[in-house]
Amino acid sequence: MPADTVPVTGWGRTAPTAACLIRPRTYEEAAAAVRDCGARGGIPRGLGRAYGDAAQNAGGAVFDMTGLDRIHVIDAAAGIVLCDAGVSLHRLMEVLLPLGWFVPVTPGTRYVTVGGAIGADIHGKNHHVSGSFSRHVLSLELLTADGEIRTVGRDTPLFDATCGGMGLTGMILTATVRLQPVETSLMTVDTERARDLDDLMARLTAGDHRHRYSVAWIDLLARGATTGRAVLTRGDHAPLDALPRGTRARREPLAFRTSRFPAAPAFLPEGLLTRTTVGAFNELWYRRAPRARTGELQRISTFFHPLDGVPHWNRIYGRGGFVQYQFVVGHGQEDAVRRIVRRVSERRCPSFLAVLKRFGDADPGWLSFPVPGWTLALDIPAGLPGLGTFLDELDQEVAAAGGRVYLAKDSRLRPELLAGMYPRLDDFRALRAELDPRGVFVSDLARRLAL
Amino acid sequence: MKDAFGIPQSLLVLGGTSEIALATVRRLIARRTRTVWLAGRPSPALETAAADLRAQGADVHTVAFDALDADSHEAALGKIFAEGDVDMVLLAFGVLGDQARDEREPAAAVRVAQTNYTGAVSSGLVAARALQAQGHGSLVVLSSVAGERARRSNFIYGSSKAGLDAFAQGLGDALHDTGVHVMVVRPGFVRSKMTAGLEEAPLATTPEAVAAAIELGLRRRSETVWVPGALRVVMSALRHVPRGLFRRLPL
Repeated sequence: MPADTVPVTGWGRTAPTAACLIRPRTYEEAAAAVRDCGARGGIPRGLGRAYGDAAQNAGGAVFDMTGLDRIHVIDAAAGIVLCDAGVSLHRLMEVLLPLGWFVPVTPGTRYVTVGGAIGADIHGKNHHVSGSFSRHVLSLELLTADGEIRTVGRDTPLFDATCGGMGLTGMILTATVRLQPVETSLMTVDTERARDLDDLMARLTAGDHRHRYSVAWIDLLARGATTGRAVLTRGDHAPLDALPRGTRARREPLAFRTSRFPAAPAFLPEGLLTRTTVGAFNELWYRRAPRARTGELQRISTFFHPLDGVPHWNRIYGRGGFVQYQFVVGHGQEDAVRRIVRRVSERRCPSFLAVLKRFGDADPGWLSFPVPGWTLALDIPAGLPGLGTFLDELDQEVAAAGGRVYLAKDSRLRPELLAGMYPRLDDFRALRAELDPRGVFVSDLARRLAL
Repeated sequence: MKDAFGIPQSLLVLGGTSEIALATVRRLIARRTRTVWLAGRPSPALETAAADLRAQGADVHTVAFDALDADSHEAALGKIFAEGDVDMVLLAFGVLGDQARDEREPAAAVRVAQTNYTGAVSSGLVAARALQAQGHGSLVVLSSVAGERARRSNFIYGSSKAGLDAFAQGLGDALHDTGVHVMVVRPGFVRSKMTAGLEEAPLATTPEAVAAAIELGLRRRSETVWVPGALRVVMSALRHVPRGLFRRLPL
């Protein structure tokens, strides 16, 4: 094996496999890397925020795309950017906010690349208004297994296979993305507390349409009558006249400010996150949230990306790592959500990051995750006894309700359930078989689930 | 591929009729394992084991494998790995021998050593190279507490397991950071057909308990697993007992 073979994991730090890491700096180097990647193929990788094994390729090549990070064209009048796939959303915000533009969709972290955002067809707190990331992609350039660079426009099978295609259709080199205009770099945020799950779901249903961004943090350790109690946070981009006069914020309304805490230490003991510690945290988090507060001004980083302030926060789960479970079920399947929340609560999973939100209309990506309905995401330490079996049971609930789990976060789904969750899977497989008959683009996720 | 909890989807057992191995496979089939290769000397017992596992829903193949024929290992295992990735190799073959007879008949003693140690060195290295080439996988080696300190009553078997254990530990170090995980499993006295008729030692355990410990070890990516866990403490104490005293202990 080559000397630069290194162990690679996803953000959850489970199931490491070894791959040869290649970091192309030019499109020619990228094409050469794809051409020469050997019998076990290769997979593009951005900033490694996929939780599971989507950007790992055991025994083969992993193409680190962060070396391709140029922003080519910004059309500040029309709000369109053309950039390399390795550019991060963080970088785009730094460059675009002073010009009055914001990324159309951001997940809970700014440290994802544009290529990764398309490959996972990411969603954000504005899905009910703005859909997933691919809705804002006007076109992209894709380096396919035959070594050609194709310009892929909307409404083509290759576009729909690539958006949410987990990097398996080829290597995205550039993308043209439509942006969101903003007057300021601050958010006006409304916060309210929901005393239980029914209260929460009623509030989300009644009020989501009034805000561009909406999300609820759930205390999954609360039991009994308070099962599903939550803090609901909704926001909009603050208009200029919402900023108080005479302040620094008003003088520099489009400045992009972030805060950064020290990184989590490299070695943390196992079992830091127990029912007791997480329970105490959840209690505090719920109590410190205001019962109802409106119009609070928050930075973009505070509202969207609180965890980005702590580099390597994934280390707090210790060496054993963690799994993130995210599923969606359609409207009308509220009972499935209730059952799953109750089961997680009763099982006392120490999860301090549990988020519920309502998705709006789906986008056409064949393996794209969002469908209209309810989505719940939760982090759980991988070392929790019996967790594998428990999550398999939740999968059954989700599948029975016609829902699906998110591939960018998956690290343990049973392959048998996949086709039921993603009805366009066979189309995806057929397109890959035709486009890439030798299986050049392949990942651990693809092998595990036979994508 | 393994999932986040280290559970393999495909599995190769060297020593396909071992009770511990079969208990482990049954347990793993109940989780994720779908493809099983049972390697061993062709026998009705091997076929029965395969049929039993098929009934649980796995795709099971039997392969001829002889631990004593080291020259054949390359070809026999190569064929399996050529069919696709193997997420876990369970090295489970071994013989107990008959201490009294083996002391009288050195050739019989050598057979114990060759099966338990030499056979494992050759097949273990072949498997390790294949796992390294695919960049992932677990090699689980069934050692024994008997290898931790040789006892008068079974030092031939014990010494072969001591060699195997040292070999597997070194292999694990050699494969560190290659994506391949080597796990040494040290059960105490296991109630099985291998030990039928023998006097039971304290802290005796069962094939099912060993299987459960293996599943836990896979999840934790452990390097050594003792079954039962209390043996870790007991053996680390026994290891430091002076020879003169150790000789007189009723072990």
